[in-house]
Amino acid sequence: MATTEKLVEIKNLKQYFNIGKANEVRAVNDISFDIYRGETLGLVGESGCGKSTTGRTIIRLYDATDGEVLFNGVNVHGKKSKAELKEFNRKMQMIFQDPQASLNPRMKVSDIIAEGIDIHGLAKSKEERKRRVVELLETVGLNKEHANRYPHEFSGGQRQRIGIARALAVEPEFIIADEPISALDVSIQAQVVNLMKKLQKEKGLTYLFIAHDLSMVKYISDRIGVMYFGKLVELAPADELYQNPIHPYTQSLLSAIPLPDPNYERNRKRKTYNPSVHQYTEDDDVQFREVKPGHFVQCSVKEWEQYKTQYAK
Amino acid sequence: MEKILEVKDLHISFHTFSGEVQAIRGVNFDLLKGETLAIVGESGSGKSVTTKALMRLLPESNSEIKAGEILFDGKDLAKLSDKAMQKLRGKEISMIFQDPMTSLNPTMKIGKQIIEPIVKHQKLSKSAAKKRAIEILELVGIANPEVRFEQYPHQFSGGMRQRVVIAIALACNPKVLIADEPTTALDVTIQAQILELMKDLQKKIDTSIIFITHDLGVVANVADRVAVMYGGKIVEIGTVDEIFYNPQHPYTWGLISSMPTLDSDDEELYAIPGTPPDLLHPPKGDAFAPRNAYAMKIDLEKQPPMYKVSDTHYAATWLLHPDAPKVEPPPAVKRRQREFLEMKEGN
Repeated sequence: MATTEKLVEIKNLKQYFNIGKANEVRAVNDISFDIYRGETLGLVGESGCGKSTTGRTIIRLYDATDGEVLFNGVNVHGKKSKAELKEFNRKMQMIFQDPQASLNPRMKVSDIIAEGIDIHGLAKSKEERKRRVVELLETVGLNKEHANRYPHEFSGGQRQRIGIARALAVEPEFIIADEPISALDVSIQAQVVNLMKKLQKEKGLTYLFIAHDLSMVKYISDRIGVMYFGKLVELAPADELYQNPIHPYTQSLLSAIPLPDPNYERNRKRKTYNPSVHQYTEDDDVQFREVKPGHFVQCSVKEWEQYKTQYAK
Repeated sequence: MEKILEVKDLHISFHTFSGEVQAIRGVNFDLLKGETLAIVGESGSGKSVTTKALMRLLPESNSEIKAGEILFDGKDLAKLSDKAMQKLRGKEISMIFQDPMTSLNPTMKIGKQIIEPIVKHQKLSKSAAKKRAIEILELVGIANPEVRFEQYPHQFSGGMRQRVVIAIALACNPKVLIADEPTTALDVTIQAQILELMKDLQKKIDTSIIFITHDLGVVANVADRVAVMYGGKIVEIGTVDEIFYNPQHPYTWGLISSMPTLDSDDEELYAIPGTPPDLLHPPKGDAFAPRNAYAMKIDLEKQPPMYKVSDTHYAATWLLHPDAPKVEPPPAVKRRQREFLEMKEGN
């Protein structure tokens, strides 16, 4: 279960694209948060808010423009020898949204799963490699007959299981799951989420779970971060965020989710978010501040005082 | 209530290299005037094929309506000529698709795309059609319609594009609007706006909507009635309250319990095991039986008929047979059924 030991520390991370050009995009604009060992941190927000970019920058698919990502206290970015990079790549893995696009259609499932095992030399012999693949397939609810097939022979849910097996093959500590269930049917989503929860319990994994389906995020996450236009606007334990959303954007986002409950839907009042409500001026020091223990909100000093009297009891 | 559309015993097959895929295997439903009927089910359950058949949009080269009737306005759409169908499409029945970018023509100004159906069906002059198009753009909540009229689809955001698609679909005040996952590609806040817009417009022009989605939250929000499809059949149909609070079919139970609610935190999610049936070789009995924890011997041998639960609520499961054993539905469903009883007593 979640501990208080920091596994990943993200400090003032920035990821800009097209720097210096007219179309410069500040996809991730100065965000800081920690991920504790054994927890699931959910990251939500609308498309284009920078949540996927955050995930991809953490795992070094992009080179950060500025800021640090510390994994086990070591900076992920910056110069690294091949061996260091390899070691790091083994500890951190990623599961992608579209299992069709993220599996090589010309490779057999056994080779897809064992690619990491081969690169890192985790199997001493052919037999051991085969045994590991079968074990992994069974862990994710497939069986050894599946090893010699190609990705197109599987359904979407099964392909996502293969993606999970591939991520697990190198025995990572930390997995970034970027919308892992968005492309799946409702009944299959539950299967994949249950599998991820089970694996977390068994292997003590830490997840960064990126998604826009908020009810599923609440279900799987211990803490949830809400992103808006490249900024993290709120971060709190999952229940707390749903019961006491503080930032007006979070309130608006939560009020927009339809729930499978007709009575609730008849009474749901949607709030809209208008960034001008903050009335920030030039000299307002807008920062990520702790309003209640463990509950952080992006706010100015004035708002901070106001939130504290309003919510921190 | 007046029936606007009746689908009777519809069978549709696709001819593929590996054989005949029986995508729709006997679908029956009515659409009432002014209502929203949601069709839910997983991919491959036949929800899109059913509605494409209503519009006769299935490819003629490999698909075939094997049997059944689609009655609309005294005509059987299943047997209508292409020419007669063209007169209907976009005028009496129109459709909104999932991805607004692919349903708009990227090389045509949106104004021209909205005028197209108006000129074709209502025989208005160009200037009158333009006036009407600008009215509709305003109706679907697009600011500066005169300016927007001259713009191309790429100059619109996803939500705005979907508004344009809705404007085109509603240009001729259709009696039936089919919306195939209209909000799936949109963000939650944009989705909420589009759903509000659709409900608002439905009241204004009094159209009936068939809403296809797999998001049960959206269903709870928009639907008056819900049809649950599985393996090419409707397995349960009823009012939105009946389906969400008093479901009868084990597949509906599975669907409802596999969605986390805000208070289902610690219990494991109920996951429907296995995968959907292969309609190339449709099962002899109930298509859901292999994945059904409550399946009985008869489920594997014989397809269940539609049992009546109430005047508006029907479900196809042998569990409703008078001789069937009483079973305990999953906890999430039991909780909902208790709520349903309380609601009834409250009334």
